[in-house]
This record gives sequence, structure tokens and C-alpha cells, in this order.
Amino acid sequence: MRMEIRLAGFGGQGIIRSGLILSMAACIYSDKNAVQTQSYGPESRGGSCKSEVVISEGDIDFPKVDDPDIVMLMSQEAYHKYVNTAKKNGTVLVDPHMVQDRNDPPNLKIYDVPATKIAKDIGKVIVANVVMLGALTAITKIVTPEALKNAVLRNIPKGSEDLNTAAFEQGYAYGSELVRKQGKTEP
Amino acid sequence: MVDESRAVLTGTHFMSGDLACAEGALAAGCQFFGGYPITPATEISERMSRRLVEVGGVFVQMEDEIGSIAAVIGASYAGKKAMTATSGPGFSLMQENIGLAVMTETPLVIVNIMRGGPSTGQPTMPGQQDVMQARWGSHGDYEIIALAPSSVQEMFNLTIECFNLAETYRVPVILLADEIIGHMWERVKIPPAEEINVVSRKKPKTPTAEYQPFKPDKDLVPPMACFGEGYRFHATGLTHDEKGAPETVSAEVQTELVKRLADKIRKNAEKIVKAQRVMLEDADVAVIAYGIPSRAALSAVREARKKGIKAGLLRLVTIWPFPQELVSDVAKQVKAIVVPEMNYGQLVREVERAAKTTPVILLSKLGEEPHRPSEIIEAMRRAVK
Amino acid sequence: MSESNLMMHHYLAKYLRQERMPHIWCEGCGNGILLNCFLQAINELNVDLNKIVVVSGIGCIGRVSGYINVDSFHTTHGRAIAFATGVKLANPELEVVVISGDGDLFAIGGNHFIHAARRNVDIKVICANNFNYGMTGGQYGPTTPLDAWTTTTPYGNIEHPFNLAHLAAAAGAVYVARWTSLHVRRLKASIIKALQKEGFSFIEMISPCPEIFDRYNKMGTAVDVMKWFRLVSQVRHGCDPAKAEITENEILVGEFVDIEKPSYGRLLREMTSRVQDKLKREES
Ligand SMILES: Cc1ncc(C[n+]2csc(CCOP(=O)(O)OP(=O)(O)O)c2C)c(N)n1
Ligand SMILES: [Mg+2]
Repeated sequence: MRMEIRLAGFGGQGIIRSGLILSMAACIYSDKNAVQTQSYGPESRGGSCKSEVVISEGDIDFPKVDDPDIVMLMSQEAYHKYVNTAKKNGTVLVDPHMVQDRNDPPNLKIYDVPATKIAKDIGKVIVANVVMLGALTAITKIVTPEALKNAVLRNIPKGSEDLNTAAFEQGYAYGSELVRKQGKTEP
Repeated sequence: MVDESRAVLTGTHFMSGDLACAEGALAAGCQFFGGYPITPATEISERMSRRLVEVGGVFVQMEDEIGSIAAVIGASYAGKKAMTATSGPGFSLMQENIGLAVMTETPLVIVNIMRGGPSTGQPTMPGQQDVMQARWGSHGDYEIIALAPSSVQEMFNLTIECFNLAETYRVPVILLADEIIGHMWERVKIPPAEEINVVSRKKPKTPTAEYQPFKPDKDLVPPMACFGEGYRFHATGLTHDEKGAPETVSAEVQTELVKRLADKIRKNAEKIVKAQRVMLEDADVAVIAYGIPSRAALSAVREARKKGIKAGLLRLVTIWPFPQELVSDVAKQVKAIVVPEMNYGQLVREVERAAKTTPVILLSKLGEEPHRPSEIIEAMRRAVK
Repeated sequence: MSESNLMMHHYLAKYLRQERMPHIWCEGCGNGILLNCFLQAINELNVDLNKIVVVSGIGCIGRVSGYINVDSFHTTHGRAIAFATGVKLANPELEVVVISGDGDLFAIGGNHFIHAARRNVDIKVICANNFNYGMTGGQYGPTTPLDAWTTTTPYGNIEHPFNLAHLAAAAGAVYVARWTSLHVRRLKASIIKALQKEGFSFIEMISPCPEIFDRYNKMGTAVDVMKWFRLVSQVRHGCDPAKAEITENEILVGEFVDIEKPSYGRLLREMTSRVQDKLKREES
């Protein structure tokens, strides 16, 4: 089955890296096919930024996201631009601390994951994306937690393994808790 | 020191198109890269700056793209397989020395990861707006070879193919990709070195004193001596005879040279051209696409079949020389042809010429988002109604 | 002896592509002198003719590469140095010499010049400075003196010229010398020295242009111009190139810069061994 995931935020949050981690988890550590494409403005920090991942057991002809099953939003601008692009009954993860102005559309499964706050508590805001990916794994089961953890470890600088593992675990735990409370979504 | 053992990263990788292109170049035996950074081709330079040192080659960041391609021509004449990589603004600057490479029959590879133009345009956004520039960008009459990859795997494979064609025909060859393919990450399989077909330069067999640097063999391609091999030859961007001597007034020499430079590609077009035919056998309507839109087209054709539309796809891998015959054949069979391009209509003109009376519909797209399969299906539906 | 016989028996004849003679240069032009000095230099050094490459750009002097019987390449206008950079880096065994004009090297090719000097690419650049674009019929260029008449400065030149020696030195050349076409022995000696030196070397030869620039500016015959060179040139080795502006009354000549600095090629090879050694260590 073809799954489409859209991740959006601003430059510097590791959005594109998150897309890479997710697609590597699928492609290298889960024996599926995956494609990651990206879009960003001319500035490397602060501009709006989007990563798109398609995961499938079969061949992926069209590599872009057209009708996303999963949307992960980490900035106010990303929320305004993309919350409505999720497909009907699709899953949306929002970092509530980054998105204050909310107008959640109906017919979506929306999960609030305070990733930036969790990351800050662990020690470094930059791992917010990994917290988010942890929650996303728990909620959507799109890849196994092991596959995602392996992909995280492959994509981070030496010396930051503990920090990133903690970020992933906490995100995963938070996501599992949300599923218990809100009910889970089928991949 | 040249160390080829590190050149081929055999195995399965998850890579971006730009990185796969760099690895393809190394696998093809590229030993020299001269470039100037530009989005969205910078990652090729960055990868080459690291990897070429590992394999004992040369990476040099030149002062601009004119210098880059000039250095690449020099390196090729010094006996190395050489390349450069750029995007629209840099490709414009290179046009002068692309002509020099054509005239002096220099094997080399130019990668253009197309972004949105004209001018500085949209640096981080995709485009296919340099298709005609690739064909006609330098002054004078000439033929050129350009390949259009549509996956990360093809960024690897076709970069090797570009080097092989460059060496076979003694020409500059262009890899014309777009920002989406360049920055897209996908699975890439790199085979063992011994399974990769690598063409090397045809060397002269004549004694050094008798060597004529521009005297062609039957295939219209002259064997190529390089500097330092004892042949002591001269090459010039001026019109020249077979010995390489400038001949700036003779109409005969001009005619003979210009025709041969074009004919060595025209007459070998059938061997050069590659395309993929998908579900065309009984098709009523065809999509003709290259690069990123061909991915949506493939998906569209499959979907359309499910909806009862007899759709097929001709995916062009070679765009120059233009696959005239293949397109004509398709045109004879179908009721209409849809051409999705990320420009305001370029290769569609060639398709129209080849299609004669068959209607050709351009689906133009500019800016960030490529065609969606649904748009192509819709166009096909309208076309056959 | 007939003219062609004379040519065949001249001791430098073997360095020429004789079938390309006669050359295109005007009578009295300095380009032949430059070529002669260059051939004498490679003759004296006994250079391996299979290992030297001469590269030129476009212009009257640009044709020089076609006349010398070694591997040679005639690039497009201004690109000789960039091309030569590729040759030298790709095959460091080759001795690479660029011979070109003031317009080619310093107008259209100026950017390549300063960056090759800055990188200290191990190439030798020899410029025939005739103060104008000779080939296209005498337009002003980057070395044309203030007030001079050319076909595109019909009211006199209002642009200030480059001091090429100063430019080369400031950009990082390890060897900078200037001579006029009168100073044949010293020019030859400078070429010999540059060929033996590692790094980016620059030699400027001030050249008469009797049929075009000199005629337009009423400087007399080629012999008159040579006399002028003798009158106003002063040998000043080691002189600060910044102070060596060329004026009607003074042309300072000599070796202005002669320093040591590792070339780009050397640094590249050292880096490559370091990286490869490290990889080998990691692998074992
Ligand atoms: C791109 C380009 N622009 C212009 C020309 C025309 N052109 C030929 S030679 C020349 C000037 C050469 O001047 P210089 O380098 O001083 O050489 P000289 O002829 O004086 O020896 C020009 C402008 C050209 N060939 N190519
Ligand atoms: Mg001149």
C-alpha cells in the first residue's frame, strides 16, 4: 500500500532530515520502497520548509505527495498551509507550542505532541524532530520503532546518540500514551 | 595517487540524485571535476571534493562556470575523464566553451540540474527550461547528446552512460536533470566494478609523426591523442583541417568539418537514442515525457488503464538527439499525444514536428509542484473524447 | 640561401611547425621576438618537447600556439589560463605555458588570471602587451594608456590602464618580470627562470604594434618604437611593482618578484596522500 507523509516546519528544525530518517527507516531498515523529496526556500535557516515521503511495498512511480495520509506540522505557517491537505480521516501531528493559532478541520485524527517542549526538557531543542518522529512511529506504526531508531542513529553526529535515543524514546512513549487516550490510527 | 579501488561503492544505498550522479561519475572513471557552486547542483561538487581526493583525482573549484568548463576541457586533453556540474545560470556561462568542446571534439560531461529561470529565477525550485538551450545554446551548427534521468538510480546509470557516449563520439555530453531528481532520495544499487560497462578513449594507432588529430575513422570519430603522449599536435577553436591547422577562409574545410561534427551524432542517432515504451501496443492516447514528469505520467497511464482509457507512455531517456522515429511511430498509432513539461513548451515543439497531423497537447507546469497523475489522466481523457 | 632553406637550417627551426609559416604577424611586430626568445629558452633548457604544452587565447599573439611544434591548444578568447589550469592539475608532469595578449589575459580573461595567480597554479604566463586589441583592428583595452587614440577612443582614452606587473604581484604570482621586445637576452633568461620555478610565474613583454597602435598614435616605425624603448626603459630588479607604472618617459623593467610558495598542485598532492594514508589506516 502506498503511504504519503508530509512533514513541514521552518528551516533549522530538521524537517528535511526527518524526512530522510523516515524514508531510510522504510527503505533500508524495513525492506520497503521509499522516496523523499523536499522543498525549501533560499535561506538555510528560518524559511518555510517541507519534506515529503512516499512509502510503499510496490514501485513508487509518482514520487511526490498528492493526498497525504500523514501530516506532521511544526510551525504556525506550516499549520496554516498544510493542515487542510491531509486526506479525509488522515492523521495529523501538531506541535502545540509552535502552533498557537488553531482552527482544526473536522474529519482528521489530530494528535498534539509538544515535541519542542519535551526536547527542551531533555536538553536540546534541536532534537524536537526526533521526538516528533518517535510519536509518529507510535501513532501510525508506519515503520517499526527499531527501524526508525536505526535510521536516527545513522543520521546524527557522533556523540549525540544518547540525546537522540532519549528524544526518540520519549516521543514514542508520548505517542503511545496518546493512542491509548485517543485511539490509534491504521497505517 | 590514483586509487581506483575506492571508486565504485558497490552495494545498496539510499541517496539523493546529486550524490548518485557523483558516484556514477566516479564509477565511470572520472578523475577531474572543475565546478562552481550553484543550487541545486552544489551537492555534486561537495561530494566530488571529498571523493575525488580519496580516489586520487582532482577537484578544483574554479572562479566561475566559464573557467570550470575550460579547465574540464584542459583536463580531458591532458588525458583524464572530466566533468562539471551546474544549473541554469552557470549553464548559460558555459555555452561558449561547450562550443569549444564541440569544435575540438573533447570528451567531457556537463551536468545541469535544472531550476526555475530565466535569470536567477527560482534557485530551489525545479524546472525543465534549459532543454532548448542544451540543444542550441552555443553559437554555430552542431549536434549534442543530452540524457534526462527520471530516478536516482538513473542519475547513477546515466552519468556513466554520459561518460561512455562522450568517449565514444568525442563530444561533450549533457546530463539534463531537474531539481526534484537532484534532491530526491531513493534507493540506488551500485553494481560491482567489473559489471559496469566503461568505455575508454579511442587512441591513435598511427606512428606519432603521422598522426592527424582530426582525421576521422569510418565512424567519423578521430582517435584522440592526449598531451604528453609524444604526438605534439595542435587543436584550435578555429575551423581547422584534419591536421588541426586553422583554415579560416576555405568553404570546403568549413563544410566538411561542420558536417562531420554533426553527422557523427546524426548518423549514429539510432545507436545513441534510448527510450522506454510502456503499454503503447494498443494505446489510443500517449504521454511523451522525460525527467520528473515521466514519473507522474507512468502513474497516470497505469491509473488510466484501470479507468478504461487505453493509455501508453513513451519515456524519453535521450532527448538530444531527439528520438524522431520513435515519436513518429507513436504518433501514427494514437489519436493524441500529451506532453507534460516543467516549462512553457520546449520539447513539445519537437514532438509536434515528429507527430505531423496527430494532435499534441502541452501540459505546462512552472514552479514548485510537478504534474500530478490526475492532471495527466484528465488531459488524456479530454484528448480522446 | 633561399628563404625556405634558411628556415630549414636555422637551429630553432625544429621547434616550429614550418608548414604553418609564414605567420600572420605584421612586419615589426614584437610577437616574433617573443616567440624567438621562448624557443631559445626551451632550446637552452633542453626541455622534453613531448612534455611541454603551449596554450594561447585569441588575438594576434594567440596564434603563437599553432606555430610551436609541441602539444598546443588555441582556446576561446580569455580562457587560456583556465584551460591550462585543467591541463596542469590533470597531468602535473607537463610543463604548461600560456602565451597570450593584454586583452585576452586581462580584459575578458582577467578573472582567470587573478585566480590562477592566487591559487599559485604551477603554470607560466607570458603576455605580449601591445597596449591594444591588435587582431580586431586596434581598439582600446585594459593596458591602453590614458589619452591614447584607438578606434574606439576617437576622442582619446579616458580609462586608466592596468599595471600588469603590479596586478600579478598583488594576486600572488611567485615570479614577476617585465621586459620590452628590445631586451631579448633578458627576456629569454626570465623565461628560463620561470620554467624552472614552481608556481604561477608571469612575464610581461612590452611589444611594438607598428601597423596599428603605434601608427594611430604617431609613434613612428617599429625601429622608432624600439629606440623609444631603449630611451625610456630602466632595469630595476626587485623594484616595488606598484611603483612601476608605464609612462611615456619611463618604463621600469626587470625582475620585480621572485619568491617561494608551495604550488596548488603540490598542496593537492600532499593533501591526497594524507587523506589516502588515513583511509588505509582506518581500513587495516
Ligand atoms: C568572446 C569574444 N569576443 C571578442 C572577440 C574578438 N577578438 C578577437 S582578438 C580580440 C582582442 C585581442 O587582443 P589581445 O589579447 O591584446 O591580442 P592582440 O591581438 O593585441 O595580440 C578580440 C576582442 C572574440 N574572438 N571572442
Ligand atoms: Mg594586445
